Amino acid sequence: MRRLATFWLRYRRNRGAVAGALALAVILALALLGPILYPTDPFDMVGRPFSLPFDRFPLGTDVAGRDILAGILNGGRVSLLIGVLASLSATIIGVALGAVAGYYGGRIDDLLMRTTEFFLCIPSFVLAVVLVAIFQPSVVTVTVAIAVVSWPSVARLARGEFIAHRDREYVQGCRAIGMPDWEIILLQIMPNALPPIIVVSSLMVATAILTESGLSFLGLGDPNLVSWGYMIGVARTVLRTAWWMAAIPGVMILLTVLAINLVGEGLNDALNPRLRKR
Amino acid sequence: MSAPVLDVRSLSVEFESTLGTIHAVRDLSFSIGEGETLALVGESGSGKSTAAMALLRLIPNPPGRISSGAVLLAGRDLTALSEADLRGVRGREMAMIFQDPMMALNPVYTIERQIGEVLRLHLGLSKSEILAEVVELLRLVGVPAPEERARQYPHNLSGGMRQRVMIAMALACRPRLLIADEPTTALDVTVQAQVLDLIHGLKEKFGMAVLLITHDLGIVAETANRVVVMYAGRKVEEGTVGEIFADPRHPYTRGLLGAAKWEEADGDLLREIPGTVPSPFEMPSGCSFAPRCAEAIPLCRSAMPELKDVAPGRPVRCFLAEGRGHG
Amino acid sequence: MADGASRVASAGGAPILEVRELVKHYPIRGGLFSPSQMVHALDGVSLSVARGETLAVVGESGCGKSTLARCIIRLEQPTSGHILLKGADITVLAGRPLRELRRALQIVFQDPYASLNPRWSIASLIGDPMRLHGLAARGERRGRVASLLETVGLGPEFMDRYPHELSGGQRQRVAIARALAMQPEVIVCDEPVSALDVSIQAQVINLLKRLQRQFGIAYIFISHDLSLVKHISDRVAVMYLGQIVELAETRAARRRVLHPYSQALFSAAPVADPQAAAARKRIILAGDVPSPIEPPSGCRFHTRCPYRQDRCAREAPQLRAVEDRLVRCHFAGEPGFPPEVPA
Repeated sequence: MRRLATFWLRYRRNRGAVAGALALAVILALALLGPILYPTDPFDMVGRPFSLPFDRFPLGTDVAGRDILAGILNGGRVSLLIGVLASLSATIIGVALGAVAGYYGGRIDDLLMRTTEFFLCIPSFVLAVVLVAIFQPSVVTVTVAIAVVSWPSVARLARGEFIAHRDREYVQGCRAIGMPDWEIILLQIMPNALPPIIVVSSLMVATAILTESGLSFLGLGDPNLVSWGYMIGVARTVLRTAWWMAAIPGVMILLTVLAINLVGEGLNDALNPRLRKR
Repeated sequence: MSAPVLDVRSLSVEFESTLGTIHAVRDLSFSIGEGETLALVGESGSGKSTAAMALLRLIPNPPGRISSGAVLLAGRDLTALSEADLRGVRGREMAMIFQDPMMALNPVYTIERQIGEVLRLHLGLSKSEILAEVVELLRLVGVPAPEERARQYPHNLSGGMRQRVMIAMALACRPRLLIADEPTTALDVTVQAQVLDLIHGLKEKFGMAVLLITHDLGIVAETANRVVVMYAGRKVEEGTVGEIFADPRHPYTRGLLGAAKWEEADGDLLREIPGTVPSPFEMPSGCSFAPRCAEAIPLCRSAMPELKDVAPGRPVRCFLAEGRGHG
Repeated sequence: MADGASRVASAGGAPILEVRELVKHYPIRGGLFSPSQMVHALDGVSLSVARGETLAVVGESGCGKSTLARCIIRLEQPTSGHILLKGADITVLAGRPLRELRRALQIVFQDPYASLNPRWSIASLIGDPMRLHGLAARGERRGRVASLLETVGLGPEFMDRYPHELSGGQRQRVAIARALAMQPEVIVCDEPVSALDVSIQAQVINLLKRLQRQFGIAYIFISHDLSLVKHISDRVAVMYLGQIVELAETRAARRRVLHPYSQALFSAAPVADPQAAAARKRIILAGDVPSPIEPPSGCRFHTRCPYRQDRCAREAPQLRAVEDRLVRCHFAGEPGFPPEVPA
């Protein structure tokens, strides 16, 4: 509890991060509670197409007469879910591989790093498109595809951190008292290596949301679910006549990504022990 | 004695921080004459390095500033100079060598270019003159094969050689004052002996004044003429090297000496100073050494003693200094 | 072997730790077109230490003393040679037996700012060894930690603090308490006070001495500070470029050293006494320590030795018994060698 309190004290110093956290909390609440409080089905054609916001419907209707607010609320769920799950799995895979490669070095390291280089050579969005196209678009395949293209950068970062730490005296001291490798990796080095990784993976949520939007925009999203990218994709043909139709989900993506970035930066400040004393 | 080369009067340096003002150096006065080596001795947090940076006006501002006092170099007050005038003083009239030569040398330039830069800036020498002078300087500081070394980069040199190059750079304009901040801490014992010998020899040759900043009393005993002991930002004792070592009057000086004379305590436990240097945010009231002092009396905990001469040129900051003769 | 010298070579009584002909060569990877090279960090180092004894290993950077420390506690695998703990060869242990061995052999590092994990409280740092080796049940651990803190001169109030809240000296005490938690028989002290302030150094050295008296721990004390070594050690080994050049009882070494390198090293060390400093003459060696990648032929010290002869560049001297000690020099033991330092 005390640790949590001191963490909050340090986090609080970054005003932008606090604003970001608030914005993110609002977005999360909307995505989680919105569809319950506003139970309109986003695929229902509830009224005339192209109705203006604040007219009959809070945010108007789209080209097919579907309620945009319902789309935003339900789409938020999908976008956030995919973003969080994809970056979480990418982080877990990346950290696990990077930690092992960095700590043990040698052959294992060579093998893992050649693999990540293979992934890093291919433009990640193109790879994601290919993966989703092969395996039929669904929430699961989109999430997996984003995770697959995202883990190598985490792995490289984690490896770098582990290499930097493995020969430090505190690690040697732990080996000298007979601590098993897994404990050194998980309990000794990990807490020190994690802050930059947490920052990167929190920012990765934003990238994942953008990637998901891009895929949906191209029609490679889950056909049974509305997402923000899908809404922009639908609205793109009428951008000049009904700009708000694309702008509303666009602004949501922008706000979410911005909020996540601010939170990531705040985490960076709060988790970095070298800044503690200042 | 003629007028001192460096005369520091009541110098105070402060740093602003979120937790309050830190008085890094308080009311520090000392002077150094021509051909004299003054050692500024203290532990980390004593303010000795801050004082040296303040002499060159290299205190980052903000958060730091020289809050009061004067630094007279050959009679001219450096604290009153403009930044432009100051540049003519730094490197030319006073030069500094640091603990870690790698920090002070630029890794992407050759030795010739780096030493030559000083010569070009301050003396306006031509290109051919510069090369000749650089080689001469390197020879002076005992770098073998100076023509060849001049064309090399810092990473081609060993630690001892780099320190010599830095000394050569510092000496390029024959400064009146050389400030050496822990010049040998990063070096091995045998190389340390070489470098200290070199500084001593050059001081004799050019009649420089040397301000030596160190925590190593062994080095002080071997190279200094006079000693200023600092504790928690203040001068606590001053004297010639013989006086300080034979008849230390401040209990902190005594403790430092006791802790440094390993060999005399053969097999026995060493005399130690208990506790640690107080945090700048939690300075004790009264004498800042009182919490660690075995001889402290109630007065020590309530009032800060002033510097008081126990003999001519022997100021000591302790209420009990006068009663403490030899022994 | 002379009687005195054999005593020096093998410590008084049965050695608790013995190092035989230890060799450590590191490959350093060459560039794309340059072949890889070998760093000769240790070349045939033999020494031993007895219960309650302090053996100092001195030398300059690059002499191999830190590699020796890390090989002894098996943080690095020696290229060849043997390490014996109480007569049992521990050089090739791995896995569980190696972890068991860790109990007896501990290390205190130079920099207490780097050797304690900033993420863990003092209680868990000191409690870790007990937990890993089942030395104290969960419930007893805090009590044991408190008493260890007491032993190293810190109060139990430090238990729930973190390393960054402590000063350098306090951290080094915590590092010592952590080593003590294993009830070790040998502690390798790798420059344990050189990162500390002068007034704090004495505190830590006194603590180490008290602990040695109390628990009979043997120290292998790695240092570059000769005056400290002269104070704390019973025997001293002087190393140069991966080899021991002189091994003597400290008492004898204070009087006189026989290897020209030891002589230069001892004379170069500053002494905190202006009169003594003015009275004596230092031997200032030319140049720096050569690279351990290509150590000089013959005697490794011949490139800097003031008394070198033709033979020194050709023929590598052996470490041999001279008077009451071991010396690696062709001429040690000859009358008047090495010459007294001219006053």
